[in-house]
Amino acid sequence: MSPHPANPVDALKDELKSAYDHNPNDAHDTDDHHHQDEAAKVTLGFWIYLMSDCLIFATLFATFAVLKDATAGGPNGRELFDLSFVAFETALLLLSSLTFGLSMISMQANKLKGTIGWLAVTGLLGLGFMGMEIYEFNHLIHEGAGPDRSAFLSAFFTLVGTHGLHVTSGLVWMGVMFVHLFRRGLTPANRIRMMELSLFWHFLDIIWIGVFSIVYLMGAA
Amino acid sequence: MHIPDKPTLHKAKDPHTELADHHAVDHLKKDDHGHDHGASHGSVKSYLIGFALSVILTAIPFALTMMKVLPSQMLVPVILILGVVQILVHLHYFLHMDTSSSQVWNNAAFVFTAIILGILIIGTIWVMTHLNHNMHPGMMAGGMG
Amino acid sequence: MSSPVAELHEDPLLRFIFGKLDINSVPWHDPIIMGAGFGMVSAAVLVIGLTTYFKKWGYVWSEWLTSVDHKKIGVMYVILALIMLLRGFADALMMRAQQALASAGGAGYLPPDHFDQIFTAHGVIMIFFVAMPLVIGLMNIIMPLQIGARDVAFPYLNSLSFWFTVAGAILVNVSLVVGEFAHTGWLAYAPLSGIEFSPGVGVDYYLWALQISGLGTTLSGVNLIATIFKMRAPGMTLMRMPIFTWTSLAANILIVAAFPILTVTLALLTLDRYLGMHFFTNDGGGNAMLYVNLIWAWGHPEVYILVLPAFGIFSEIVATFSRKRLFGYDGMVYATMCIALLSFLVWLHHFFTMGAGADVNAFFGITTMIISIPTGVKVFNWLFTMYRGRVRLELPMLWTLGFIITFVIGGATGVMLAIPGADFVLHNSVFLIAHFHNVIIGGVLFGCIAGLNYWFPKAFGFKLHTGLGKVSFWCWLIGFYVAFMPLYVLGLMGMTRRLSHMDNPIWQQYLIVAAIGALIIAVGIAAQIAQIVWSVIKRDELRDETGDPWDGRTLEWATSSPPPFYNFAVTPAIGNHDSFWDAKQTGQAYVQPESYAPIHMPRNTATGLLIGLISVPLGFALIWHIWWLAIASFVAMVGIAIAHTFNEDRDYYVQPDEIKAIEDARFAKLKTEA
Repeated sequence: MSPHPANPVDALKDELKSAYDHNPNDAHDTDDHHHQDEAAKVTLGFWIYLMSDCLIFATLFATFAVLKDATAGGPNGRELFDLSFVAFETALLLLSSLTFGLSMISMQANKLKGTIGWLAVTGLLGLGFMGMEIYEFNHLIHEGAGPDRSAFLSAFFTLVGTHGLHVTSGLVWMGVMFVHLFRRGLTPANRIRMMELSLFWHFLDIIWIGVFSIVYLMGAA
Repeated sequence: MHIPDKPTLHKAKDPHTELADHHAVDHLKKDDHGHDHGASHGSVKSYLIGFALSVILTAIPFALTMMKVLPSQMLVPVILILGVVQILVHLHYFLHMDTSSSQVWNNAAFVFTAIILGILIIGTIWVMTHLNHNMHPGMMAGGMG
Repeated sequence: MSSPVAELHEDPLLRFIFGKLDINSVPWHDPIIMGAGFGMVSAAVLVIGLTTYFKKWGYVWSEWLTSVDHKKIGVMYVILALIMLLRGFADALMMRAQQALASAGGAGYLPPDHFDQIFTAHGVIMIFFVAMPLVIGLMNIIMPLQIGARDVAFPYLNSLSFWFTVAGAILVNVSLVVGEFAHTGWLAYAPLSGIEFSPGVGVDYYLWALQISGLGTTLSGVNLIATIFKMRAPGMTLMRMPIFTWTSLAANILIVAAFPILTVTLALLTLDRYLGMHFFTNDGGGNAMLYVNLIWAWGHPEVYILVLPAFGIFSEIVATFSRKRLFGYDGMVYATMCIALLSFLVWLHHFFTMGAGADVNAFFGITTMIISIPTGVKVFNWLFTMYRGRVRLELPMLWTLGFIITFVIGGATGVMLAIPGADFVLHNSVFLIAHFHNVIIGGVLFGCIAGLNYWFPKAFGFKLHTGLGKVSFWCWLIGFYVAFMPLYVLGLMGMTRRLSHMDNPIWQQYLIVAAIGALIIAVGIAAQIAQIVWSVIKRDELRDETGDPWDGRTLEWATSSPPPFYNFAVTPAIGNHDSFWDAKQTGQAYVQPESYAPIHMPRNTATGLLIGLISVPLGFALIWHIWWLAIASFVAMVGIAIAHTFNEDRDYYVQPDEIKAIEDARFAKLKTEA
């Protein structure tokens, strides 16, 4: 805090005056500022939520790191993982990050069709990713390498599955988003929703970098 | 201390008052409204650069692992480093994180989360390695559980 | 009573409809449980009956249940906490009575199986459903007022958070009558909590109650952080925020960072129990030590989630009742943030004895001792604030003085436990029990009661009765020492925690003293209830029309009591952290503006209430394996949440005429007061 000058009352008056003169983040109620304040608020709130979600994954990664060698006589990662399959999954998810970016650029250019079109492509890529993941899980379970086989497999299925559940909720959200976009177009509220959905989607891609590096590549290394 | 709101004053001061739809995006991640941030939302070009970098940073560790050209002790750090670099690429090109003043709280939250994440993962591995070593000697060999 | 281990219905249709639930899930023959259950049901029927008789459902629905007003949600949190305090304290009395009776070889009146559920329920209820809602409730009521905001950042989310917390509390209470509660202790250590050793539904009640309420807590943390960062009045820079707002910020950051760890840990245990996975089992490569590691990585920050806001309350009270600016405001802020970060670096001190070895133990022992430094800074700041102040011994200040002395003792025994060598002797003994009750009662609970006495007139417009408040304070303070000092002695004598039967006449005398202490605290709680009831009856004598009964310093005292739903007719401008005090000094307080601008406010919504309440059948169905109900409830919750996004009529503007009418009435009252 700044030191108080000799006359505290005068200093306070000055301070109050200067506080009002340049408001850093004025919380006023006029309509023109409303959407913008709302966007800033929602984006920060959503970002904080993502950070807490990030710590959910951190806990799962820590658990996986501790249990990765506890195979209880069952198969290990080197025997189970098909890296070219994972590379294809990774390609789908990475491509979907690009197409979501293109959807956001269309939105900035006020092109509703482009926004919806690229979002649809993103959704299809996400569906493809989920299809591959379900196939992989199903395949492992049929080979007797299900989540109840060993601590390693419990940790593997839970970490990768939690990411998959997030992708699935992202896809459900996209479904709802289409309805919003068709009903109202690029309204301020829908722009905020698209912004948060894109943050969510890119966040999931970042988590996937951790998954393929730590689970698949290091498991096979 | 009650000083009445002066909405008209703010209208005059703020360059974004008209909030045309196409400006709305500029405001989405901003909490101050002093200067223009249009560039930080990415262009087709920046998304393509980010995508290309990510492809390269993904392809290298996959190729190294699948072709088994490196011994495991060297491969693991390479995978981890490339993974961290790719995360930074994503944060910059896809999530548009930068050091502008408007993002100070997002960045602070991110740095704090990274610290907690590091404490949790490294701490857990450290603690559990010692616990397993002292209490579960069988687990160290792998597969004895 | 016997553990209702799943006796599955043989008929597949019945099994489909009822899962593991059948008529024998209710322990009809157990008089204690049936009596308690009867009491709870009659209380609920009485409340519902009275509401119907006085035709108050419309009022309750529109003013409370569907309200998104942070002040009302905060009040409901506090009411929830006080109700659950009675339940948790009844458990405490039962434990003290059992140990006093059954310590010299006596049989006592509780079988071990029931005793185990009681100590588990006591811990779970006191931490998750008393301390957390008290702290979050006070933050909800006061923090937005302190920063000059109209509401929290996401009012509908706030309502949802509250109702999730209620849902968790309902599940815990249902477990008393239908089925059983966990026998595992409040943290449900694996492998005891695994399906092999706890095959009943007790641990499942524990898991789902905590997951649902934990979700509410996490969302509340996100909400309050966004509120503090984005909704401060103009001029309120971070270093001008009142200390309670600072400590709320720290606590909410800890919530958002720590609760995900709890969520995952409980989810992994759930997967072990429901899908046969092997995270913490004895076989299949599972590692029960990992459970202990993860649960404390959440558990230690949790302690600071509770106590930091209490520190903030004391800071506000000490400054107000010493009529001085808080000594060392900056130091207080830095100490708070230091504690917040350090709280993530000490978790292993809860299991020094598990075998991590000397270097790991040394590291965590040292970090634990380091935490006492910023905590000590705070204690000295409070003392120096009082030094040469004109201290008024009103109720909040009494609780603060009781806290400082008690908390320092508890902190000192904590530093003893931080020494790994000493911990090998004291671990799992009742010395530890005495220590953490010393800091949680002396710190968190005294802080919350001090806060209740301090802010009650702000929330309701009249003060709490002083005489009964003093009775309550002295009973709590004396009762605490009588109840817990013997436990320190017993711990050093070697008594471990959670014993239902013992045969040691030397211990018995101490346990009888401890039970008397618990009875003294019971008088204190009764006096508290009497204080609230009597104050409501005598509210006209205790009324405060100024909105500032204590000559306060921070912004919440600048508006009327109770504040209008929009909090402040005009957003105040802030020059300092004691902004209201300064405004009073410079004559800028109580000046009615000439005109008002429209105020933007959120509308009430039943969405949070509905989603929260549907999570009760969701949890119940998951506990009893009634899969159709679980799926239906989950789909309903998601459906309602999605439907809510299509509701575009969420807010409105309060017109200047309406504001002027409310404010004119207030300023007229202020004139007659003066």
